[in-house]
Amino acid sequence: MKRNVFSALSGAMFGAGLLVSGMIDTVKVQGWLDVFGDWDPTLAFVMGGAIIPMFIAWRVAEKRRVAVLGNDIPAKPAQKLDSNLILGSVLFGAGWGLVGLCPGPALAAVSLNGFAGLVFIFAMIGGMIVTPVLRRALTPKGEAAWTSAR
Amino acid sequence: MIGCAGAMYLLINGRIMGASGILGGLVDGTGRSTWAERVAFLLGLMLFPPVLVPLYDKVDTRVTDNLWLLIAAGLLVGIGTRIANGCTSGHGVCGISRLSLRGIGATVAYIIAGGIVVLAFRHWLGII
Repeated sequence: MKRNVFSALSGAMFGAGLLVSGMIDTVKVQGWLDVFGDWDPTLAFVMGGAIIPMFIAWRVAEKRRVAVLGNDIPAKPAQKLDSNLILGSVLFGAGWGLVGLCPGPALAAVSLNGFAGLVFIFAMIGGMIVTPVLRRALTPKGEAAWTSAR
Repeated sequence: MIGCAGAMYLLINGRIMGASGILGGLVDGTGRSTWAERVAFLLGLMLFPPVLVPLYDKVDTRVTDNLWLLIAAGLLVGIGTRIANGCTSGHGVCGISRLSLRGIGATVAYIIAGGIVVLAFRHWLGII
């Protein structure tokens, strides 16, 4: 039960941060992605600001090895760039650029985006449903199809 | 606040705060054993922001109403984040802060791809 309470609190704080920082403003996000045009750098501070407490948290986590509620701190996956990581990220980036929504803000702003937000979320869930099939086709034989569930 | 949320999720629950992973694990069944924690996170994420909205003069997400763009983008985001195992929160915030080569590589790739799409669709085609 405690796990669920802290999970909900983390989700709520994440959502509040996305709202307050302007990450749910799709035009602002597209302005930030417009690195080859009229770049609006302000959201870089949001990302930088989020990375600082997380950096400290990782330091603490790697010393403790076990989280407060008992389970192990997730192991660092093998540090290699593979084709799935890059291909997936390119597809994701393209979709993010098209409408300015990535998964966190799409969910945080579902109450504000109306029908358009629901269309995006259901299309995203549809994409997630078909991915295991695509992923099996993309993974070379002999390699595990799923590395980590991030 | 985003970083503090991620720090809390890591240190208390021992999990990486990645929106696409938390949702994706529910959608494809890979996260079945931790479903309650995932649902709790998503409920917090979806239900708390509207509580805060009245505190602001104006909150505008300026989302497009072009259904084709929304469907195409949603599919790309859904497929891409699951193939790459992460999105802006998982790779960008949690990965970079761990000095993870994969997190950094993914972030560079999706920002370049997003940059090219915005360049093409905004400046050349004028669609967005």
